[in-house]
Amino acid sequence: MKKFIAALIAFLFFIMFISVLNSDTETLQGIPEFGKVDLSERVSEKYISKSVNGDNGEIIYGETKDAESGSANVVTSIVVNYRSFDTLGEVTVLFLSATGVAILIGGGRRKVLPISVNPIVRISARIVATLLLVFGAYIFIHGHLTPGGGFPGGTIIAAGMLLMLLVDDKKRAPKALKVLEGTMGFVYVAVGIAGLLVTGSFLQNFLPTGTVGDLLSAGIIPVVYSIIGLKVGAELSGLLDDFFAEEGEE
Amino acid sequence: MIQYFSLVLIAIGIYGLLSQKNLVKLIVSLNIAELGVNLFIVSIGYVADGKVPILSPAVNRSTMNFVDPLPQALVLTAIVIGVGVTALALSLVLKVKESYGTIELDEIRGDKA
Repeated sequence: MKKFIAALIAFLFFIMFISVLNSDTETLQGIPEFGKVDLSERVSEKYISKSVNGDNGEIIYGETKDAESGSANVVTSIVVNYRSFDTLGEVTVLFLSATGVAILIGGGRRKVLPISVNPIVRISARIVATLLLVFGAYIFIHGHLTPGGGFPGGTIIAAGMLLMLLVDDKKRAPKALKVLEGTMGFVYVAVGIAGLLVTGSFLQNFLPTGTVGDLLSAGIIPVVYSIIGLKVGAELSGLLDDFFAEEGEE
Repeated sequence: MIQYFSLVLIAIGIYGLLSQKNLVKLIVSLNIAELGVNLFIVSIGYVADGKVPILSPAVNRSTMNFVDPLPQALVLTAIVIGVGVTALALSLVLKVKESYGTIELDEIRGDKA
């Protein structure tokens, strides 16, 4: 009976969503028809043409110099330049949740997994984990040129850590990661305050930008994304390590 | 089509949240609903035959139509916060299992199932 009522409520929600989705966008303020979005009516147009502070003309990859925000990847320029304060809050939320997990289940000794790992697997896992570290660093350094950025890069680094934790019964995440995590959070705020001192707004870009498409073309975006990548990598590695801990003396 | 699919995912998530008593299943339902919402927000920014909003040697603003990058940026934030919430919820479930010996909500309350 309970399941039937639950199904009924879920179905009613579904019907409600569908009716909002199919409402006429001319008379009601519904959701625009799928695929028929007019970008020129949206705020995003300014982000894509990089004209939030006034029109800068056409932005061409590899030619335009000193474009606003300078990043070739528009999503990155929104996340770390136009709405960087959002990202600071997001990193704070992740930090709080990692701290919560550490308080709840962290510490103690390392959980011994009920599997025996072949030495061949263990050694190849080390090689793959090293490659994952390098790949993660590549992803977050090139966040403003290619798909990716600090969060995916940090997650890839944490995946390398997970691999090491799975194959080695004695492996713990190094204590230095906690220091790295805290330091990177501090450096992010310091970059923001440097922007406040140099340009007058918090987290404003204060470094010179170059030609769109170069590695050093986006001012503080690669700097901030490297900070985020290291912070998220350290945070998620610590978080995974907490899940491998159990009560008792070390 | 993909919008209806994401709505179905949200409905499945709501049904799971209302009907399940297992804490891990509740977290799974929450994640399904979250996935549906994220998919729906991204789909709002889709432009027919739109390209990824990344400039490259072959792709420039005047020659290509880009999809809306703003929902994608917002969903990026939502995904990260979802990961944090899920991790915290899972560690809470571990603690519940330790102190009650079960993760079924009605057994924790002491009801007869």
